[in-house]
Amino acid sequence: MAVLNEEQTMLRDMARDWAREKSPVTAFRKVRDTGEAIGFDPAAFAAQAEMGWTGVIIPEAYGGSDFGYLSLGLVLEETGRTLTASPLGTSSLAATSALLLAGSEAQKEAWLPKIASGDAIAALAVDEGPRHDPAKIAAKAEKSGDGWTLSGTKAFVAEGDSAHLFIVAAQTGSGIGLFLVPADAKGVSRAARNMVDARSHAEVRFDKVALDADALIGAEDSADLLDQVLDRARAGAAAEMLGLAVQAFEDTLEYLKTREQFGEILSRFQALQHRMSNQFTQIELMRSVVEGALEAIDAGRDDIAEKVSLAKATACDTLHLVSREMIQLHGGIGMTDEHHAGFYIKRARILENAWGNAAFHRERYARLAGY
Amino acid sequence: MATAELTNPAEALEAFRKEAAGWLKDNFPTSLVGKENVLATVEGGSDPDPEAVAWKKAMGEKGWGTPTWPTEYGGGGLSYPEARVLQEEMGKIGAWNPIGGMGVMMLGPTLLEFASEEQKKRHIPPICRGEIRWCQGYSEPGAGSDLASLQTKCEDKGDHWLVNGQKTWTSGGQWADWCFALVRTDTTKKHEGISFLLLDMKSPGVEVKPIRMISGTSPFCETFFTDVKVPKENLVGELGNGWTIGKRLLQHERTNLSGGGSLSRGQGPSLSDMAKHYVGTDAEGRIADADLRMRIVRHEMEAKAFQATARRVMLESKSGNISLGSSILKNVGARITQERAELTLEIMGMNGLGWSGEGFSQAELGATRGWLWGKAVSIYGGTTEIQNNVIAKRILGMLDHQ
Repeated sequence: MAVLNEEQTMLRDMARDWAREKSPVTAFRKVRDTGEAIGFDPAAFAAQAEMGWTGVIIPEAYGGSDFGYLSLGLVLEETGRTLTASPLGTSSLAATSALLLAGSEAQKEAWLPKIASGDAIAALAVDEGPRHDPAKIAAKAEKSGDGWTLSGTKAFVAEGDSAHLFIVAAQTGSGIGLFLVPADAKGVSRAARNMVDARSHAEVRFDKVALDADALIGAEDSADLLDQVLDRARAGAAAEMLGLAVQAFEDTLEYLKTREQFGEILSRFQALQHRMSNQFTQIELMRSVVEGALEAIDAGRDDIAEKVSLAKATACDTLHLVSREMIQLHGGIGMTDEHHAGFYIKRARILENAWGNAAFHRERYARLAGY
Repeated sequence: MATAELTNPAEALEAFRKEAAGWLKDNFPTSLVGKENVLATVEGGSDPDPEAVAWKKAMGEKGWGTPTWPTEYGGGGLSYPEARVLQEEMGKIGAWNPIGGMGVMMLGPTLLEFASEEQKKRHIPPICRGEIRWCQGYSEPGAGSDLASLQTKCEDKGDHWLVNGQKTWTSGGQWADWCFALVRTDTTKKHEGISFLLLDMKSPGVEVKPIRMISGTSPFCETFFTDVKVPKENLVGELGNGWTIGKRLLQHERTNLSGGGSLSRGQGPSLSDMAKHYVGTDAEGRIADADLRMRIVRHEMEAKAFQATARRVMLESKSGNISLGSSILKNVGARITQERAELTLEIMGMNGLGWSGEGFSQAELGATRGWLWGKAVSIYGGTTEIQNNVIAKRILGMLDHQ
């Protein structure tokens, strides 16, 4: 664990206790069984808002606590351990970062207080196909009068079924622009998709949506801004993945220490010991780079892109391994829906895809390094 | 000497800094910058350069080669903050520590903890002055990972010990003056039958044979003990307590060896630059071999993750917490070092497989020898498999169950 200050330690401990007591994996199972399109329990999200988590990276002037990205990452890790279903990461980290990085005063005042209080959920709408590719954006925003007309379809928008605000990446003619689109604007429609993690990943259509001039965040040519926003989204996903990896590993370890076959507790078998030592090693490496990426964002370093791609690729590979090992080492019981091992591997693969998988980030890392 | 008279610790430290800087300026000649031979204490003979000899004498007399050891045994008697200041001031002028070797890294700290007063007074001062070279008599042909199964016998002959047996992997045995060895004083008990003994390598009956390694060098020896008489006072600690003492010494060794992980921090050109040179690039400037390119990225990412972990572990330890991450450093460091060597060889093709002579650059020959030598990194100081056992047992508690 990175060396934390007092606020961060307090936040992490609060999140850990809440996840364990108020939001164990059974809470996610209930969400899954209920089968609502929004894919989370509004009461749980309200509790998170009440504890101030929805405003962790938002400045105090807008109702937040301004504890920074690492702090929110710690919360996402702890709630990720128990697969807590919540729009927290998507709304209060990924989408919020766009407003923080480039929002005008008016735009910030219009949305940040509501996001901080939990009254509004914001979602990033970037991808238009099954694989993350910010270079392949077809959605278009055409100038009309002082404002814009937005048309296009976004795919697998996380929290798309519950969002009050979409932050949409679209071609402006000068490049890629980011637009604030209220979910209740005329021409916005959404269709739920039933995904393995039982969470909301909606298809969202924008059919000639009329936007004012002040819907545009930043410049008309904002590829760099989009990149920076995506990097923050990636770091948030990696933090949740760290929580999943840690808990999946610990549950597997616990199982090996209790299951007996051939007159022996499974954890006495060396082949299994070495597999667990290997996973432990990979998780420690993952922790270092995930925390490193969040710290780099907080410090405003100029190598955030490298650190984030390093973190996301490492998180993908590690969680991929740990989630597979969880199923395998639990034997038959891990294959039952009654057990929670299946939940971990399902959420793991969704997060591996989010904002670029391991291969995407290895390619990006090489390009950033010049080879 | 620690200046404890000033009441303000920050002032005292600054005063020490001035003192250290001044002394270093007077005693470290600039001509010695970059002349540190890291392997001198293991592989070389004594350094004939008179300036280096004088520098070693000066540091030895000051005790600053072993800065935090007690002055009563020849150490510098510095506090840890002062020792850090000394290190900083040395770094500023390119001064290196001429006092080193196993005596400093492993034996000295162990003797300070377990030896008698007479033993400390006899053996520690020469270590502080770098006058005596030590070698480690631990492993045997039949006792590698299972070190406790060692058989070198040490019999009580009344007024002396009689030692018979064979040690292997004795680093620098051919140049060592003394040897600290784990010997068997009781054949009926495995761990409790081991004792810790100091032997003069010049004793009659001691024979040393260098072992030629696949890398072409001979940094290790076999050491044979045939009826070697050892004075009674050379037993360190209690009879039968050798395993405890020996394990403690290994902890010091591991602390120093995992620092070798820092060697993997890209010495020389990067793999990607080498690949561009040997393999070429495509129209977009990417390494032309796509498969190799991806394996280079994976490697560079893991190397960065390792560095980040080493840094995190250090910060965690400094803040007083036990860092679980430290347990993974040797294995990961070894893996990265070896992977880098294999990728380098792959990049160089046949030019990376020359043994000597014409047709190969120094860099290429160095890569080949380094690749071979690097195979040892996952074996010495606790094999990767043993480390995995330790992680499973001690950190994951996999042998404990309710």
